[in-house]
Amino acid sequence: MSEMNPSTAPALLRVDNLRVSFKGENKQYVETVKGISFEIPANTTVALVGESGSGKSVTSLAVMGLLAPENSKVAEDSQILFEGRDLLKLKSSEMRQICGKEIAMIFQEPMSSLNPVFTVGMQISEILRLHLGMNKKQARQRTLELLQEVGIPSPETKIDAYPSQLSGGQQQRVMIAMAIACEPKLLIADEPTTALDVTIQKQILDLLESLRQRRQMSMLFISHDLAVVGEIADQVIVMRYGEIREQGSVTEVLNNPQDIYTQALLHCRPQLSHRPLRLPVISDFMKQDSLAHDLHANAPLQQERSRGLKGNEEIILDVRDLKKSFYSRKGLFGKDEFQAVKGVSFQLAKGKTLGLVGESGSGKTTIGLLLMRLQQATGGKALFQGKDILSMTEKEFTAYQRKIQIIFQNPYASLNPRFTVGQILMEPMQIHHIGKDDAERKQMALDLLERVSLPAQAFYRYPHEFSGGQRQRIAIARCLTLKPEILICDESVSALDVSVQAQVLNLLQDLQDEFGLSYIFISHDLSVVKYISDQIMVLNHGDLVEIANSDDLYQSPQHDYTKRLLSAIPQGIPQ
Amino acid sequence: MLSAIFKKEQHASAVPESASTGLWQLALRRLKRDRIAMFSLFVVLFYLLMLLLSMTGVIAKDWNKEVAVSYAPPSFIYTPSVPGAAGEDQSTESAVVPVNPVDPLKDVIAELEAEIAAEQGAGVIDYYGVVDPLAEDMKAIDQELGGQLLDQSSELKQSLFFGADKWGQDVLLKTIKGAETSILVGLIAALVAVVIGTVLGAIAGYFGGWVDDVLNWFYNIFTSIPYLLLVLAIAAVLQQKGILSIILILGLTGWTGVFRLVRAEYMKHTAREYVLAAKAIGVSNMRRIFVHIFPNVSHIALVQMSILAVAFIKSEVILSFLGFGVPIGVVSWGSMLNEAQSELILGKWWQLTAASVAMAVLVTAFSMFTDALRDALDPKLK
Repeated sequence: MSEMNPSTAPALLRVDNLRVSFKGENKQYVETVKGISFEIPANTTVALVGESGSGKSVTSLAVMGLLAPENSKVAEDSQILFEGRDLLKLKSSEMRQICGKEIAMIFQEPMSSLNPVFTVGMQISEILRLHLGMNKKQARQRTLELLQEVGIPSPETKIDAYPSQLSGGQQQRVMIAMAIACEPKLLIADEPTTALDVTIQKQILDLLESLRQRRQMSMLFISHDLAVVGEIADQVIVMRYGEIREQGSVTEVLNNPQDIYTQALLHCRPQLSHRPLRLPVISDFMKQDSLAHDLHANAPLQQERSRGLKGNEEIILDVRDLKKSFYSRKGLFGKDEFQAVKGVSFQLAKGKTLGLVGESGSGKTTIGLLLMRLQQATGGKALFQGKDILSMTEKEFTAYQRKIQIIFQNPYASLNPRFTVGQILMEPMQIHHIGKDDAERKQMALDLLERVSLPAQAFYRYPHEFSGGQRQRIAIARCLTLKPEILICDESVSALDVSVQAQVLNLLQDLQDEFGLSYIFISHDLSVVKYISDQIMVLNHGDLVEIANSDDLYQSPQHDYTKRLLSAIPQGIPQ
Repeated sequence: MLSAIFKKEQHASAVPESASTGLWQLALRRLKRDRIAMFSLFVVLFYLLMLLLSMTGVIAKDWNKEVAVSYAPPSFIYTPSVPGAAGEDQSTESAVVPVNPVDPLKDVIAELEAEIAAEQGAGVIDYYGVVDPLAEDMKAIDQELGGQLLDQSSELKQSLFFGADKWGQDVLLKTIKGAETSILVGLIAALVAVVIGTVLGAIAGYFGGWVDDVLNWFYNIFTSIPYLLLVLAIAAVLQQKGILSIILILGLTGWTGVFRLVRAEYMKHTAREYVLAAKAIGVSNMRRIFVHIFPNVSHIALVQMSILAVAFIKSEVILSFLGFGVPIGVVSWGSMLNEAQSELILGKWWQLTAASVAMAVLVTAFSMFTDALRDALDPKLK
C-alpha cells in the first residue's frame, strides 16, 4: 500500500488554506495563521522557519490536532490532507489512531515532555503496546532495538533509567525513539535542538537525518534558525505573522532569496566569515523595498570591524585562579564536592569584550555570578583597579557594586513584574545615591530610555507591556543607571528572535563605543560570540581550555575541544 | 505566547499615552470588567456597612429586648390562630384532670389544686399562662422609675419579620448584631494569622539554611499539637473571655498553613532572576523580601486571608460551643448556631436559617471577591 501512495497522491501531507484563530482578550477571535498552503512530499524534509509569533508552531499543532478547542478555531474551508484524508474532519477517536502512529511529534523541551516518574523503557513500550498491541516481552525487546537505533549507549541499562538520570541529549534521543516507535510516515520536530548544546545539536540533527533516510519518512522541521535548517531540510517555508513569505527548495531560498524578509533574516545573523561595523536589522531591508544592493552602499553595514587585543591595553579586571565548589550532603557527615569552576585566570581589557563559550555545565554562568558576588567564590582573586573584590566585606563592596553590572538571559524573568519601568530605573539610583533628588533621577532615567531607543511613555508602563527585545533594552538601561565599567552579559541575546538579537547587539556595541564599557559576554552561540568579542575564552567542565583573540581562535584553534566545538556550528547558510 | 501578543496589541491601542497607570488603577480597571467580582464587592460592602451601623448603634441597638413571644414565627409563615387560642391552651392546661378515686394521694392533689387556684386568682397571669410571683414588686419598682423598666410590656408581637428566639428577641436584629462579632473575629484573626504566617514564611523561604531549619522546627511543633488542645491551651493561658481572646486564639493557631505556602513561594522567587538582578544593583535583604518579592506572592496571602476568614468564622462557632467563645450577653453567628441546635428539635428553624444564610452569603461573596482580586492584581494575567 505504502509504495503505491506516492503514485496516487503526490504529497504525503497537503495543507490547504489553513486559517487558525485564537480567542483574544475581549473574546474576539484573532487570526494567527492566515491561510497558508504547502505540501510535504513523501521522503522529504520540509522546514518551517520564522520568528516567534509567525504561526509555525500553531501550524504543527493544527496538523497534530492538538489545538485547544475552547480558545482556538480552524476556519471551515481549511484542509489538512494526510494521504488524502482530511485530518480536520476526523473524529477524535480516528485522530488518535493517526497521531502517534502515522504522524509523530518531537517537542523542544525533552525534560518536560518525558514523565519523570516512569522509566524511559516504560514510556516507550507503552506506545508500542497501545498502538501496535504488543505484549510486555515483545515491547521490551522492541524498545531495546529502538534505543539502540537512536544511539543511546548501553541500552540494556538505560532502558530502566528515569529521565532525570539521562543527559539532555539522551533525553531528546529517547523522545525521538518514542516518536519513531510506530514507524510513522511523518515526523514533526518542533525546535528539537533549540534547548541543546551545539555539539549535541549536531549529533541530533545527524541522527534525525539518518533515521529519515533509513525509514523513508517525511519530516516537518520547525526552527527559528536558518543555519540549522540549511543543514537538514530539502525544502523550506519562511513564515511571518501567519503568512508564508517564501517557499522553495532549500538551496534556492538560502542562496537566492526573493523575499525581502528572507533576505533580512539571512543577513541579521552574525556570520563567521565577516564582521560588519553594525549588524543589519529587518527594518533596514523593509524600508528599502528589496533594493538589496542599496545595502552595499550602506557603509556601517559593509565596513569590517577589527577585533582583538594588541597587548598594550589597560587591564580593568584581573581574575586569578577563580574557584567555585558546590557541596551536597553525602551520608550523615560526609560531603560531596562538585567543582563548577576549577581555578580559572583571565584578564579583561578596558573597552574590550571577552567572550565566554562552553557547553552547559562548563561553569561560564557561574563565573559571571561569582564576579557579581551573587555567589560566594570558594577561592581565587578578582582584582578590580588593584583591589580584590571577592574578599571585601559587604560594606566595602557596595562602592564597587555599581562598577560591575549584569544583564541576564531571560528578559521576561529579570524584570520585576510589579514595578513600572520608572521604578525599575530609579531604584538603583536611589540606592546608590546617584542624582540629588527624584526629579533629577527621573530626568536621567528618561535620558537613558531615549538612549536605548524606547519612548518616554515607557517610564510609566509595566514590563509585561513590552516585547522581549524591548525588555532587554530596559534591563540594559537599568544597568546603565549605575554607570558601570564592566557589563556581564549572561546569554543576554539568546532568548531573542534573530532580528531583535541584531538590534540588541548593535545597541551593546554602540554603548561600548560611546562609554568605553568592558563586556564579559557569555553565550553558547558561537557566531554571536565571534561577532561581538575581542577575546574568547573556551571553558569545559570548569576548566579553562583556551583563551585567544577571537579571529585567531576561530581560524586556528589549538585545543581538540575547541576544534570539536567549532566544527559543530551549523553551516547551513551559504557564506 | 499568543496571549502575550494579543495583550501587547491591546495595550498599545487602549493605553495610548498612558499617564501613570498604577498597579491599583490597572487592577481596578480589570475588576470593573468582572461582573461577578463587582457584585461580590457590593455584597461585602453591604455587610461592612451593616457592621459599621450596628457598631455605632444606628441599627440593632435593641437586639436584646424582648419584643415578641418566645419562638414567634416569621411573619411569612404565621397564620394568626383563632382569637383566644392562647386562652384555650390555658384552659386545657388548667382543666381539671379527672380525679382517680383509688389514688392514695387524691386528697393531697386536691389540696394543691385548690392552692394553685387560689394563687392564680390572686396573681397576674402573663402571656405564657404562668403566674409571675414578682409581678407586684416589679410593678412597684417600675412606678418608682417612672415606667421605664417595663417598656416592653407595651405588647409582645405574635410574629416578627424573621421570627424570634427563645427569649423573644428579634432574629433579624440578632443576626445583624451577630455579624458584628463574627466578621470582626473572622477578619481580624485572619489578618493576624496571615501577617504572622507571611513574615515567618518569607524569612524562612528567603534566607533558607539554619533560619529555615529553626522556623520549620517551630512550625512542626505547632502543627504536631492537636488543634483543639492548642486552642484550649491558649484559651487557658489568656484566662479571659471576650472577642480579643478569640482573635488571639485563632490568629496564633491559624498561621501554619500560610507559613508553609508563603515559604514555598519565597523559595521559588528567591532564585528568580529579578531577585538576583535586584541583588546585583545592591538592594538590601529586607527590601528584596518585602518590596520586590512580596507583591509577587501577595495573591497567596490574599487568598489565604479569605479562606482563613471563612474558617475562623466557623471556628468561632466551635469555640462558643466549647465555652471559650463569646461571653454571655454578646451575640455572634456562632452562638446563634449553637442555640439553634436545641431549637431545631422543636421545629424552630428560623434562627438557624438566618445565621447560616447570612454567613453563607458573606463567605461566598468574600471568596469570589478575593479570587477576582487575585486575578486583577496579577499583571501577567489578562
